[in-house]
Amino acid sequence: MKDLIKNKLALFGASTILVMIIIALLAPLTATHDPSAINIEDALTGPCRTHLFGTDALGRDIYSRMVYATRVALSIGFIAVGIAALLGLFLGSLAGYYGGKVDGIIMRFADIMLCFPAFFLMLSVIAVVGPSIFNIMIVIGLTSWMGMARLIRAEILSLKSRDFVSASKALGASDGYIILRHLIPNGIAPVLVSFVFGVAGAILTEAGLSFLGLGVQPPDPSWGNMIMDGKAVMGVGWWVILFPGLAILITVLAFNLLGEGLNDVFNPRLKRQ
Amino acid sequence: MIGYILKRILNLIPVFIGITLISFAVIHLAPGKPTDLMMEMNPKADYEAQERLDEIFGLDRPLHVQYLTWLKKILVLDFGISFVDGRPVLKKIAERMPVTILINVLALIIIISVAVPIGVKSAVARGGLFDKASTIFVFAGFAMPSFWLALILMSFFSVRLGWFPVSGITSLDFENFSIFGKIFDIAHHLVLPLIVASIGGLAGFSRYMRQSMLGVLEEDYIRTARAKGLDESTVIYGHALKNALLPIVTILGLSIPGLISGSVIFESIFNIPGMGRLMVESVFTRDYNTVMAGLVLSALLTLLGNLIADLTYFYIDPRIKAGG
Repeated sequence: MKDLIKNKLALFGASTILVMIIIALLAPLTATHDPSAINIEDALTGPCRTHLFGTDALGRDIYSRMVYATRVALSIGFIAVGIAALLGLFLGSLAGYYGGKVDGIIMRFADIMLCFPAFFLMLSVIAVVGPSIFNIMIVIGLTSWMGMARLIRAEILSLKSRDFVSASKALGASDGYIILRHLIPNGIAPVLVSFVFGVAGAILTEAGLSFLGLGVQPPDPSWGNMIMDGKAVMGVGWWVILFPGLAILITVLAFNLLGEGLNDVFNPRLKRQ
Repeated sequence: MIGYILKRILNLIPVFIGITLISFAVIHLAPGKPTDLMMEMNPKADYEAQERLDEIFGLDRPLHVQYLTWLKKILVLDFGISFVDGRPVLKKIAERMPVTILINVLALIIIISVAVPIGVKSAVARGGLFDKASTIFVFAGFAMPSFWLALILMSFFSVRLGWFPVSGITSLDFENFSIFGKIFDIAHHLVLPLIVASIGGLAGFSRYMRQSMLGVLEEDYIRTARAKGLDESTVIYGHALKNALLPIVTILGLSIPGLISGSVIFESIFNIPGMGRLMVESVFTRDYNTVMAGLVLSALLTLLGNLIADLTYFYIDPRIKAGG
């Protein structure tokens, strides 16, 4: 923890994320307008005192829509990667602990999943199940557990022959107990780092899907679908696409910096390099 | 060597079957049949017509029979016909593939020729001004939503300044150009898409290159090379670089799925008639045969890329051969 605070960039990342979470949680207070209130008379007003980041083609306040979109982006990011982490931890620890055929089948399955261009696989699934916030969380979760499974598997492989594990086994602990109480807590660090990077990736993915019209559906605001809306009017209203894009950039950057910082803390060897 | 290659290829068979299973399952999880949509679009069609269509496409048979029939067909590269226009899927894909491959190969060339020097330079002068600047660039590159970058570039360079065409890959009067004119025209159209296609990979590769080079510079043989009095540039470009490039070969193979995913985005924005846009179109029209073909072919491309990367690695790194 001390190392993390010393790392200025990671600290910057963590505080940015914290601010974003607060803004998202307090959206009704932090937003200045109703995010979906249409006001044609004010359409495409540039940034000004009443409309901090201007208005879009329907006269909706961009800043307020971005505030609500922060909610969408963060919840999709955390929940989707949460699903991926649970799946990855479950499959990866089974593979690492039991080895043999179980390992072979699970890891081969992960290899197969890794062959697909992730974004395209998600598009295809969403084409079938239909776009919605809930479906996006599930789809991103189901297609991004492989890295974490590999990480926890590798950790468990190196941990499972250690003395404290043998001791616990000798005392009659069940496999499930050993995995949940000894192996996963001791090997979680790289998965945690990967979780933070994963949230960054999921936010980018959601934005991309929403931009193509296959993610969060209007009138719900998402940074991605705001940019999609702004595309048609970008010649006359640069602000419509500029600000939501910056929001994506800053959020993803913040998660990546925090991830990098955690990585330095957990792998001091790499830092020295 | 031959034994290794054979073993590696035999290992691909279960992976290939897994790829086809997943591609098939993804599409057939769907509630409703693809012909439902065709019916909706054509009010004149009646229930009997739908039954006939189901029969033609084999949609009335049990799932595992459908899968096996489909698998048998794709083994001889028959991906069926498109639900949208009735043309063979393979033909549609073959028309779209060259542009996508052209752009991605060019992007890879740009990525490697820019990222390697950046990575080497930041590793050699670690912590210096250049290293810091390139680290900022790398993090910005990672965080940049490519579709947003594309729109910003487009609205500035194409719309405001008029330097580059807004979309497509050829001008309207393309047919009348001389051969050089045609090449120039395509190049002119590709400048912005290439920037967008390369930016993410550029960030990733310069980072990998930097890490790889930092690792190599600590090796004993580098100390030896310096100790015997070789000048610094021979040590770096002669000894270190060669070794630092080795892991990059593997990463090159691993980067293929990311490049294909990227194509989906920039082809849609720049209106480039490639694989990526075909896939988005097929997803929107629920052209399931084309979507399945796209999934299988892109996964196979990745598999092939990894195989080539492995074999290249095996070929260029003498340590693997010695180790057996």
